Amino acid sequence: MSEIKKIKNLKEFSTSADRFEGANLLCPGCAHSIIVREVLNATNDDLVLSASTGCLEVCTAVYPYTSWDASWIHIGFENSSTAVAGAETMYKVLKKKGRLKQPERNPKFVSFAGDGASYDIGFQWISGCMERGHNMMHIVLDNEVYANTGGQRSSSTPIGSSATTSPAGRISYGEKRNKKDIVSIMAAHGIPYAAQVAPNKWKDMVKKIQHGFAVDGPVFINAVSPCTTEWKFDPKDTMHLADLATDSLVFPLYEIIDGHELNITYRPKNIIPVEEYLAAQGRFKHLFKDEYKYLIKEWQDRVDEKWAYLQRREEARV
Amino acid sequence: MAFDKMELREVEVWDGNHAAAQAMRQAQIDVVAAYPITPSTPIVEGYAKFLADGYIEGEFVMVESEHAAMSGCIGAAAAGGRVATATSSQGFALMVETLYQASGMRLPIVLNVVNRALASPLNVNGDHSDMYLGRDSGWIQFDAYSPQEAYDLNLIAFKVAEDHDIRLPAMVNQDGFLTSHTAQGLKPLSDDDAYAFVGEFKPMNDMLDFEHPVTHGVQTEEDWHFEHKARQHNDLMTKVLPKIKEVFVDFEKLSGRKYNLVEKYNMDDADVCVVCMGSSVETAREVASEMRENGIKAGVVGIRVLRPFPFFEIIEALKDVKAVAALDRSSPNGAAGTLFNEIAGALFNTDSKTLLSGYIYGLGGRDLTKKHLVDLFNELQANVDAGKVTTKLQQFIGVRGPKLAYL
Repeated sequence: MSEIKKIKNLKEFSTSADRFEGANLLCPGCAHSIIVREVLNATNDDLVLSASTGCLEVCTAVYPYTSWDASWIHIGFENSSTAVAGAETMYKVLKKKGRLKQPERNPKFVSFAGDGASYDIGFQWISGCMERGHNMMHIVLDNEVYANTGGQRSSSTPIGSSATTSPAGRISYGEKRNKKDIVSIMAAHGIPYAAQVAPNKWKDMVKKIQHGFAVDGPVFINAVSPCTTEWKFDPKDTMHLADLATDSLVFPLYEIIDGHELNITYRPKNIIPVEEYLAAQGRFKHLFKDEYKYLIKEWQDRVDEKWAYLQRREEARV
Repeated sequence: MAFDKMELREVEVWDGNHAAAQAMRQAQIDVVAAYPITPSTPIVEGYAKFLADGYIEGEFVMVESEHAAMSGCIGAAAAGGRVATATSSQGFALMVETLYQASGMRLPIVLNVVNRALASPLNVNGDHSDMYLGRDSGWIQFDAYSPQEAYDLNLIAFKVAEDHDIRLPAMVNQDGFLTSHTAQGLKPLSDDDAYAFVGEFKPMNDMLDFEHPVTHGVQTEEDWHFEHKARQHNDLMTKVLPKIKEVFVDFEKLSGRKYNLVEKYNMDDADVCVVCMGSSVETAREVASEMRENGIKAGVVGIRVLRPFPFFEIIEALKDVKAVAALDRSSPNGAAGTLFNEIAGALFNTDSKTLLSGYIYGLGGRDLTKKHLVDLFNELQANVDAGKVTTKLQQFIGVRGPKLAYL
């Protein structure tokens, strides 16, 4: 068991490690790099990382450069989770055989993937890793769209959002389907820990990541990652958007322990209307036309319902 | 060592699958990530059983698809250990994406491919469709004709693939059911000899060396991609075959069994010959011997290493033959057969006057009988006598209905 890193304040935390360089090709205002740094800085232990094909991968490992000062692998779109699971298995074997070069280290195994690579194409791979009980953490950088390929809808894209493959048009309000509840699905594997996190609530995030590293077994983390390019907001407003997402409860922060025990980890003092969250983004612009106003109300109802459900589950302690 | 050794008899009766599993045990594979598929499942089942009985120290990960099996193998290999798995047919097809990734990342994984037809129609029996599907994937491809060879080539494959100068993944192909489920007497090496031959795994650029972090599987665009792929190809073309020859020599010293990139049989004075792969090679050799009694100078060329393709050895083997038949065990699907094309390509700029024709046979496990081969050799002799190919260039052997012949 390794030491849990003590974290005093944001300034100290943000400069406490430098395993992910600022030198990368991510869009200005991208939340991915913020989330990655928060994860990597949450531990002093060595890391074995992987990334699925997507924004994070194509922006941080373009030969002959790399932004990663830790062991890192990318195979394909679907299999970042299995790549790290393979490395974790090899670690166990070499430890048993006494063939590790630094046997005293306690590496942590983390895979990163976007929502497309987790909700859709990599779903089966992640499910397999969760079921097999690898000692690893899978982190979804959830920006609710295939951003790397130019903004196509994924099963994480929420209803009413305009994506290139479900565009809003003269007779359409865009995406017709509701967002998939992946945290519940993954928690249903009975894994020790599943949680939703947001980059703006960094203390909550660090606590969850550290808890995830401390437990033995697979951990699933879904991180909201506001996308300046596809959500269509000003690059300087990334954290503001993350605040809107968490404070409007569109993206509630909670954790599920051992597949059933749910704790809400953040209760906004002032819950803001969902309308404010939608109004801040270009992808929902068309919802403010008269004929689609009803969708905003539906949005609000759905968010309220989900929040009530989370609270009921928390109270029930089941 | 925290595992038990096995006492093997001088001659063991193993089928091809068990032979491959035993080779994996003796090489002390660290990690196997696998997904079952007929007819290769017994290989990884064998590994799992050896693990359960304490004959191996390693980990078996039973994943949820072949794609994940190779993904897990890539992750494990990048972490720095000996990795192998097995698959066939549809599973191989599902793996193809990751096969290219494994070779592009220069990871020495050994994959046992028990050759089986590709659907549709679904078929569990042997043909070479999956072997040909992987031929552009940047892997070294060995071909075993019998359980003994499946065993030997597995040991050889590790030694070739893991060489720090090579670092490329390797496949060992054997015919589904015909080899994989046919038990024959074979001579295994002792555990100590086999392990000493393969050697201790020496990691390179391993992810578990935390003092030297590495980035695996980067992106390259038009500025670097060409150089990467060209270098990979260059290593395949220039380094792999000499290394394989070297390992073949080492193996012969150890076991007395001699292997060549191209296996020639009765070729010294042959007028006619067939070029083929898999279990058919052994049938063809038997028929070729019998043909000699009837006055036809028949020979057989077996391809031992399909990738990298041994051009010069092929040219050398076929230089004095008057008529050659390339036998392809996969549907040509709108072209000449694969072996036909490659042999034609190899011979094109030489002085060879060889009459080359192509035959498609054995799809979906259809038998290639001695009678088929007798007819074939006679047809080749007729070509020699006429001084030209007397039939169509592409023919199908043993298919019912009207005779199929094209080109």
